[in-house]
Order: sequence, then C-alpha cells, then structure tokens
Amino acid sequence: MRVAVLVFPGSNCDQDAYHAIKNILGAEAEFVWHREKTLSGFDAVIIPGGFSYGDYLRSGAIARFAPIMAAVKKLADAGAPIMGICNGFQILVEAGMLPGALISNASLRFVSRMVALRPEHTDSPFTSALDSSASYAMPVAHQSGNFAVSPDQLAAMEEHGQIAFRYVDARGKTTAKANPNGSTGHIAGVLNKRRNVLGLMPHPERAVEALMGSADGLELFKSMMGAA
Amino acid sequence: MKAHVTIMPKEGILDPQGLTVGKALLNLGIKGVREVRIGKFVEIDMPKLTREKAEAVATEACEKLLANPNIEGYTLTIVDGG
Repeated sequence: MRVAVLVFPGSNCDQDAYHAIKNILGAEAEFVWHREKTLSGFDAVIIPGGFSYGDYLRSGAIARFAPIMAAVKKLADAGAPIMGICNGFQILVEAGMLPGALISNASLRFVSRMVALRPEHTDSPFTSALDSSASYAMPVAHQSGNFAVSPDQLAAMEEHGQIAFRYVDARGKTTAKANPNGSTGHIAGVLNKRRNVLGLMPHPERAVEALMGSADGLELFKSMMGAA
Repeated sequence: MKAHVTIMPKEGILDPQGLTVGKALLNLGIKGVREVRIGKFVEIDMPKLTREKAEAVATEACEKLLANPNIEGYTLTIVDGG
C-alpha cells in the first residue's frame, strides 16, 4: 500500500505523517506537492496539519482549490481511505468532502495539549483496529477546531455512523473540560457517509512512539493500512 | 464598479469573537449592548465591468469562496467607483 502525504505551502506536519507511515510502520509513503494533478499509484492519502496558505479567509478555504484536490476527490470517490488531520480536516470540510464546519475555539485561544479520544465505533477503515470502549491519547494544537454543525445535520451524521471520535476524560466520559475547543457533541473527528474519508483535529502522527508521550496514534494508521 | 461584501456568522452559529468583544464592552461600562457579532468586510474592485456583470462576478465569488454557506451568510452591494 502506497500512501500519499500532501504538502501545501504552510503544511508543517507532513514530515511527522511521513515518519509514522514510512519509518514506524515500514510502509510506502511519498510526499506529493499540491500543484500535482494526479495520485495514480497511491492507495491512500494523508492531508497533514499546518497552516496552508496562512489560514487566509478561513482555515482550509484556499487549499481546497489546489490542483491536487481534484485527484483527492477522485480517489475518495473510488473508495480509497483519505485522512485529514487538523488543517487537513479543515481542508476536507471546506472542500465539501466532510459535513459541517470548523470555527474558532470557544476559548478564542490556540490550544496545545494532550487529549483523549474515544472511537464511536470500529466500523471504518481508520478505527477497525481500535477498541470502542478504550480511549486513545494524542495531542491537539489548533485555533479553529470547534466542529460546528446544525442539529439536523448532526442527527443525520449520527444515523449514518459519521461520528468517528469524541473527546473524553480519564474515565472515558465526554465532559466540557475534556473538550479542548467547545465542539458540538464533543466531536473530535468525523467521517463521510461512505466512511472512507476521515477528518480529525487531534494529531495521531504526533503520537506514534513512546518518546512522544503516547503511541496510541499508531493504531489509526495501522487500521488504515489494513483497510486499503 | 466595486462590490462591498459583508460576511456574517449565521444565526445560531457560535461567534466567540463577538461574545468576547460583547463582554469587553460590558466590562468597560458601555451600556445598552445586547449582542455583538463579528464578520468580515470584503471590497472587490472590478473597474472594467458593468453593474450587472460585476454583481454576477461578485455573487460567484461569494458562493464559491468568500462565504462558507455552512456557517456564514453574506450581503452584497455594488457601488460606483474605480
């Protein structure tokens, strides 16, 4: 399985994602510049975090028009797993490939800390190796990670199993304190209807070795590698 | 022609900037303020276009990029000037 790690001007988690796939999991990974027009030969895509195009206008709003995004859409339509992390999540939402929107953190502050996530279910290419009664530790680092969605949309998402992860506390309960950004329903990550596109604010690629403080993020990549 | 575009968070969408500024006004002792909401103002200069064409272009810009319909609404006025 070959994983494309997209690189936009302002991406800053591309190296971490590449390291997780290539060096930790020993799988094939390659950087793909945003001006490229094709993803032929790739089986999965990671859209990494950072500040593509300086977050101008709205986070992810400009990056969605990058030439590579048409190829990402095509690969997603073919059923390949696409994972957008942090700014990558914002790009997928702006591109209309995931529902809802990401607005300023309720605190108005940039938040950078470890969080715990609980997968809502294990019926997706990104959560198949996870345990839905367990929680997974990894960091968040963002200014606009507050997932916003209308009550109707939220109900439809729940019905289709499109909630991937929620923020939980040490006991595995969703609480306002455990939620770093005020997101609707304590949502940390969401799926498209087909469940092959995931967007999440926390950074699994920054939690892939014990020295990083957690290796829990690796489980998401393992799931993804097993799925494609 | 110029387009003046005002983009505002939709009703019901949390506006943390507006809330914080509203609280700051209260702390300053400024009275009578019920709510503050903060959006964006965009000016688009289209010197060679007619009013009708400018309005069509600006509308397309709003729909495709300037406003995110999930969370934002916009109003658009075309004004003379070049």
